[in-house]
Amino acid sequence: MSTAIENLVNRDYQYGFVTDVEADTLPRGLSEETVRQISAKKREPAFLLEWRLRAYRRWLTMKEPHWSNVTYPAIDYQSASYYSAPKSAKTLGSLDEVDPELLRTYERLGISLTEQKRISGVAVDAIFDSVSVGTTMKTELAKLGIIFCSFGEAVQEHPELVQKYLGSVVPYSDNFFAALNAAVFSDGSFCYVPKGVQCPMELSTYFRINSADTGQFERTLIIADEGASVSYLEGCTAPRRDTNQLHAAVVELVALDHASIKYSTVQNWYAGDSEGKGGIYNFVTKRGKAAGVRSKISWTQVETGSAITWKYPSVILQGDHSTGEFYSVAVVNNRQQADTGTKMIHMGRDTKSTIISKGISAGRGNNSYRGQVKVLRKAEGARNYTQCDSMLIGNQCGAHTFPYIEVGNNSSVVEHEASTSKIGEDQIFYCKQRGLSAEHAISLIVSGFCKEVFQNLPMEFALEAQQLLGITLEGSVG
Amino acid sequence: MLEIKDLHAAIGDREILKGISLSVATGEVHAIMGPNGSGKSTLAQVLAGHPGYEVTRGSATYDGEDLLALPPEERAQKGLFLAFQYPVEIPGVTNAYFLRAAFNEIRKSRGQDEIDPMDFRDLVEERLRLVDMDPDMLSRAVNAGFSGGEKKRNEILQMAVLGPRLAILDETDSGLDIDALRVVAHGVNSLRRPDNATIVVTHYQRLLNYIVPDQVHVLAAGRIVRSGGKDLALELEAKGYDWLVDAAPASAPAGVAGAGV
Repeated sequence: MSTAIENLVNRDYQYGFVTDVEADTLPRGLSEETVRQISAKKREPAFLLEWRLRAYRRWLTMKEPHWSNVTYPAIDYQSASYYSAPKSAKTLGSLDEVDPELLRTYERLGISLTEQKRISGVAVDAIFDSVSVGTTMKTELAKLGIIFCSFGEAVQEHPELVQKYLGSVVPYSDNFFAALNAAVFSDGSFCYVPKGVQCPMELSTYFRINSADTGQFERTLIIADEGASVSYLEGCTAPRRDTNQLHAAVVELVALDHASIKYSTVQNWYAGDSEGKGGIYNFVTKRGKAAGVRSKISWTQVETGSAITWKYPSVILQGDHSTGEFYSVAVVNNRQQADTGTKMIHMGRDTKSTIISKGISAGRGNNSYRGQVKVLRKAEGARNYTQCDSMLIGNQCGAHTFPYIEVGNNSSVVEHEASTSKIGEDQIFYCKQRGLSAEHAISLIVSGFCKEVFQNLPMEFALEAQQLLGITLEGSVG
Repeated sequence: MLEIKDLHAAIGDREILKGISLSVATGEVHAIMGPNGSGKSTLAQVLAGHPGYEVTRGSATYDGEDLLALPPEERAQKGLFLAFQYPVEIPGVTNAYFLRAAFNEIRKSRGQDEIDPMDFRDLVEERLRLVDMDPDMLSRAVNAGFSGGEKKRNEILQMAVLGPRLAILDETDSGLDIDALRVVAHGVNSLRRPDNATIVVTHYQRLLNYIVPDQVHVLAAGRIVRSGGKDLALELEAKGYDWLVDAAPASAPAGVAGAGV
């Protein structure tokens, strides 16, 4: 595209600041001893240490996968630290005990852990580096029997639930990064919604990487018991640093009979500078099991950050008549790379899945959609609809689509639609002729393109996502 | 209001406008006619600031200001509106949203506050009545899936809402059936005021039966070869363009293409 399109200035990543707190950080390196130390620091029961060690030993036998359409220099797993916690982060009785510096950090990020969030009716669990620094609204939720706390707390308070469900959707042996996570994960969020309870508010986890040279390995486990429903949102940011940092999270969702879980992500990890220096490697395994009859799992993601995103939120449609959904917007600009998509594994009868993927590529970014729709022999009457749209901004970026479809019976219907479009100079000129700036034009065109996905985000986050998109693409077009 | 002098414009190495001079005063309607490829649409695009064209010589002032020095969005904010020959589709963005965004940008540029959605709806409904158009247009995505005729009508709707000082209609009549043509012409006529002006770019005389011009200019090979009153359009309808085009020497002196009559 013409030079006019490259003329605008990139806005700085506004979350790139570092918080100065004293941290308790394990020395760099990874060994069986590291795993034991993490487990000991967290005062974990024996079953969990055993599980971690099995994961670690398994991980040693695995190879880092390289089938995705991304390139990066080899990661030295011995050069990172696998545990970092703000020193003040002991078990907290209430939010009043949280280090004020941390509270200020979250205020700067637009996440209030104090009064404001109560008003907007969102419960927040804030994860700073490796540990949870505070969970809001706990007592209100407890009245309904809903458990919403840090993973570490769940291990102490509800070990039976953790033991029953941990690894039941993503076993430690699942893949290289899942095994690494299982071995060294330090915290994360945990949620259990009991039978028949509809969680009355949005639950939200906010992840923040602060320390340098620290990998973040959190683990989220959400269980909706029979007839329960919950809507969950995660947000993420990290300081601007010159080195790459590894983020290898695992999220497991379990929906029992007639239960539904809606999981939304607005991912805005630091993406590196315009030349691709620094940024987060976001290698994440997210999977939900629609285990029960007529259960439903819905993923919505807006991926704007990270140097590399490697992520496939998936649904195992085990229960008869269960539903899986995946709505995704993935944006790459500058040197960002994303290889993202979903897997829908149809096992039960009359299961239904929908995939709506919107990929936006700008600058020299490279965006791949990779999706698998697998219908097993017994999944009679299964249906899938996939729509996969790509938008290109400029002519140095790339968009790729890798759909894998396997259908094991002849009563199922699988549809795949794909399109690629380009934001043209004519579209921008048209908007300018109506008085809009180039940036305004782009954000308008892009949010129109992403509308079907944004509609699935909770209201206030939809606005946030839309703004984020505008910021990410600033400077990509003029 | 608009003063164009010896305007030359090119795409790459190809010169398309070869010395246009034209003067448009408030309250006037000017028609620019001419055969295909004569530079009519180029003139419209250059005035609006399309980045694909390079002005190589000449000037254009708008209310005394150097129009060509302004970026396209500022020209729009100052009241210049182009009804596109090929309106662009913006899927997923409703007309109402798009129009309010544009309307507010124009207000902001004038130091006025943004209008809230409710007040804006009242304003739009009033303008819709003025141009006799269906409110359903507002909830549809900008031009997406519109027929050719709907797109043209949508341009007039936008024009009605934004209320430009200088409107340039680029072949708004092409591809319209007679009913749509009437709606479009009715819209343009209803928006006519003593303090604004309209330039109608058209290939056919037909539209000028409904929008009566004060002056008609005939463009051929990048120059104005004849200017006259509304009767000139009728003469063209009867005799075609050839007699004028053939009469114009390949390098006519600028005096032949004088502005005004």
